[in-house]
Amino acid sequence: MNETTSTTGARSSSAETGVTFVQEINNLLYASHGNPINTCIQCGTCSAACPVASGGFMDNSPRRLIALIRAGFKEQVLKANTFWYCSSCYQCTVRCPRGIDIAELMYGLKRYTVWRTEYQQGLIGPTFSETFVKMILRTGRSYEPVLATSYLFTYGLPEIIQEAQTATALMLKGRLPLLPARIKRLENFRRMIRHIIPLGEPE
Amino acid sequence: MKTYAYFPGCSLEKMAHSYHLSALETTRALGVELKELEDWNCCGATAYFHVDELLAFTLCARNIAMAEKEHLDLVAPCSGCYKNMYFTREHLTHDADLAEHINDALAEDNLQFKGTSSIRHLIEVFVRDVGLEAIKAKVTNPLKGLRVAPYYGCQILRPRKHAGENVEQPRFFEELIAACGATPVDYLLRLSCCGGALIITNRQAALSMVRNLLECAVRAKAAVIVTACPLCQVNLECYQKQVNREFGTELNVPVMYFTQLVGLALGIAPKRLGIGSELVAVMPAIKEAQQNELSVTAR
Repeated sequence: MNETTSTTGARSSSAETGVTFVQEINNLLYASHGNPINTCIQCGTCSAACPVASGGFMDNSPRRLIALIRAGFKEQVLKANTFWYCSSCYQCTVRCPRGIDIAELMYGLKRYTVWRTEYQQGLIGPTFSETFVKMILRTGRSYEPVLATSYLFTYGLPEIIQEAQTATALMLKGRLPLLPARIKRLENFRRMIRHIIPLGEPE
Repeated sequence: MKTYAYFPGCSLEKMAHSYHLSALETTRALGVELKELEDWNCCGATAYFHVDELLAFTLCARNIAMAEKEHLDLVAPCSGCYKNMYFTREHLTHDADLAEHINDALAEDNLQFKGTSSIRHLIEVFVRDVGLEAIKAKVTNPLKGLRVAPYYGCQILRPRKHAGENVEQPRFFEELIAACGATPVDYLLRLSCCGGALIITNRQAALSMVRNLLECAVRAKAAVIVTACPLCQVNLECYQKQVNREFGTELNVPVMYFTQLVGLALGIAPKRLGIGSELVAVMPAIKEAQQNELSVTAR
């Protein structure tokens, strides 16, 4: 199956190492949680339990996505909106009769596609997540107005107006922060992060 | 007086300030001290875990290590913060290599994760540590006749693999509501997702999830919905107008924090509980229930 499925992206490991896509995903899950998907029996409990899939918002249900991974349809999996539309409610994880942590699989796939920038075009999720992380690395705290920049440009005028009305109502009730908060030991914090991910040169 | 290290989380600084106020007021009244962590950082919400798991664990571990330094258990009022820190602790406790790697980074801030503090959601402090009987004993203003829909949301309960507790049919929220003298309302979607961060990343999906939830609670004749999470509160309350606009519904149901409900039952003034900052006013529903109750008892 892997021979016939094209591998997208120049950094795909399968070409150099002979590791198949299903092995890659399995390793991804084994590495952090010991959670292989090989035991899936395709019962569809995950899809039925998923409030987003059952609402008809996913192009591939969780059950179908797992089947695609196991059959090596890498391109189709990476371009699916399934994991970016996962709300992390863990209903699938709790109910899976084989004990697969499906929500954690969705997280794994998000990271996989973020690292390779190989996600479906037009999704807000990846940009939002990256904006969020950059914001935290700068200040140590979350600040809602910065986040708005990552999604408002994708909205049409009616949605922007509705968002503005909600924001105004919250502002009038004193519920929107005017200034970003930041932690005190920011220097230590940033040095700490440099142990984990490259942040570039200290400012 | 039992003391906890308190991790308010970013939402409680402003958006959910009423949760912060009511958490402090009610715990004080119940003989619990919440000592705010001195220099806490964001737990990472769901976004860190989308980008880098190791980074996500490190940022949560910093908060846990600060609580450990004070020899206190860590309490989070936000279900998202709670889940992130609970599972960070789980992973670090069971994976020595991971803990070593992260401790190497934490040393930059003179901190170390040891696994000595446990992680609790604020509602656990109420129903388990303080206990329903102790709360009942302090209720001076039982909220008789008030029909309350408990909204558990997701991350207080799920995912729990080892805890061996009832994550599919919990009753503790209903019991807490009953302890306040109010009437817990049974409705199907009490454990369903509010959409979480999809309200930003997939607005249509989230709005339809919010709509289903609200309609389900209203059909069960709930006068108010009570939550234990700032994100659930914002989705269910602040997006009601957008739901009405999108689906042509006429939803107008107040959504309050459980600490505000308990605070009212303990006789604390609404203003001190941050009541008044909601977009759908809470007090009319409370007063209406009280008046109905008076007219019933007068008859």
